[in-house]
Amino acid sequence: MFKYIIKRLLGMIVVMFFVSVVVFFFIHLLPGDPAQVIAGPEATDADIQNIRISLGLDKSLFYQYCHFITNLLSLNLGTSISYDKPVWDILEKRYPVSLTLACCSLWFIPVGILIGVLSAVYKNKFIDYMAMTFAISGISIPDFWLGLLLMIVFSSELGWFNSTGYDSLKDMVLPAITLGTIGTAIIARFTRSAFLDILSENYINTARAKGLRETQVIWKHSFKNAVLPIITVVGLQVGGLMGGSIVVERIFSLPGLGSLLLDAVNSRDYPIIQVLLLLYSFHFIVINFMVDVLYIVINPQIRLK
Amino acid sequence: MENKQISPFTLFLLRFKKQKPAILALIILLLILAIAIFAPLLAPYDYTTPNYSNRLLSPSFSHFAGTDNTGRDVFSRLLFGARVSLSIGFISVTMGMVVGTVLGIIAGFVGGVFDSIVMRIADVLFAFPSILLAIGIVAVLGQGIVNVILAIAIFSSPVFARIVRGSTLAIRNTQYIKAAETMGASKRRIMFIHIFPGTISSILVYFTMRIGTSILTAAGLSYLGLGAKEPSPEWGAMLASGRDLMYGHPYLTIFPGIAIFITVLSFNILGDGLRSALDPKD
Repeated sequence: MFKYIIKRLLGMIVVMFFVSVVVFFFIHLLPGDPAQVIAGPEATDADIQNIRISLGLDKSLFYQYCHFITNLLSLNLGTSISYDKPVWDILEKRYPVSLTLACCSLWFIPVGILIGVLSAVYKNKFIDYMAMTFAISGISIPDFWLGLLLMIVFSSELGWFNSTGYDSLKDMVLPAITLGTIGTAIIARFTRSAFLDILSENYINTARAKGLRETQVIWKHSFKNAVLPIITVVGLQVGGLMGGSIVVERIFSLPGLGSLLLDAVNSRDYPIIQVLLLLYSFHFIVINFMVDVLYIVINPQIRLK
Repeated sequence: MENKQISPFTLFLLRFKKQKPAILALIILLLILAIAIFAPLLAPYDYTTPNYSNRLLSPSFSHFAGTDNTGRDVFSRLLFGARVSLSIGFISVTMGMVVGTVLGIIAGFVGGVFDSIVMRIADVLFAFPSILLAIGIVAVLGQGIVNVILAIAIFSSPVFARIVRGSTLAIRNTQYIKAAETMGASKRRIMFIHIFPGTISSILVYFTMRIGTSILTAAGLSYLGLGAKEPSPEWGAMLASGRDLMYGHPYLTIFPGIAIFITVLSFNILGDGLRSALDPKD
């Protein structure tokens, strides 16, 4: 078992390395001289030269990459151009907002699984049709539109929630519904098909023939076997939460990493863009890794080897 | 199977005919396509010229979807928007599909170093959530529709590369590929004449579904102000510009959203139907 985990860990480090190379080269992919781009159109030649030296752009690419990585590892994330503050200080304030939003949105896991199981158990019945109509709509609805509709109904018409800003956890309700919907839909669809595969297995017939109660057949015999493929999809969706939060933060004007990224893109604040690209992708990679490990730990075929 | 004369394509048509929702979705999509093509004939008003005496009219018989804050007819703009949104979806996914398919077949067939390189690149691209990758690419290339298309093409290609590589690996060890090799067919011939047709069915399903996703992503990027911009009638951009007037004039956000939703929903239902019709199971 540990052999597998270590193999995955090494694989993760390799991908992280490549991601860091891509993000590092990001600034060199910009059209024109990066120092010029960062300095902006009104900068003098001396300003540009200063930026070039302070960012090490006058050195070789290899040296620059090593410099970039050492800085990252020592948590020296550079200075934001537009805020004129260390990137770290900005992240400290923004990060908890995004993290809270992601955590509040985790409701989609139990709800999605429950909808999927009900749908499989009542296959081709009314519940199934309702659930699958919801699911296909959930993956097709634009998240930004859903967010706006929720705002129109629950903030403007009913006045239950604030429409924008973040003062208390209550302000996370509508964003969390918006962000979790697509995950619910995807998990429901997947759980249904995973369950249908298992419900047609012989050991389920045996369990029923033994006279076990249906709830026991479903939650004990079937769920245990369906949980492995479901975990993979859940993991992907949890990883996707960070990406989805970019849009949701913008809709509800939440001061998190997503709105920071969008502002940085608009103001061409490349140090922030670089750090955020890395941060988002590392989240994604680490979550996928944890899912892989969980998979290994739960799966007796691998665990008991 | 008893009846061996039935070709796989006929079989597929027979199975597809049973997918009622998918057929409905296909009809809706053809309708939207017709709207996009004949928009100039169908649109009751000019979609570009502002008419300040008709600002912010609510939906009525003369303006089915109301007018926006410069007095343009929203319904006409939605019809023309179908052109923009459908083109973005088709062009970007086709580009991603061509690149991904070629790389996937070569990686699966040739294997070795090339395979490892292609798959590691795919891993790296998969390590970014797709909207983030799109934002990153747009940040490098600049804002605008063309760059959004490029961004979507770039993050669609690894999806196709992976699927096609998988199918290629399954096909390359079959008898007929061995036979072609024995007969001295060139590698290129084997890859693109013999293996490629076997991968089409899985490509088709993903192609359909990706178009839906791409239209969503493009609209999302426009909403974030990174994609299509005013005065383009792209649905996401229309929605974004209606956002500030959302409370007094909700129809400005509701109608473009419905257009996006129905289009994407139809692509997804069609994709589901194709998958069921092509799936050898059940």
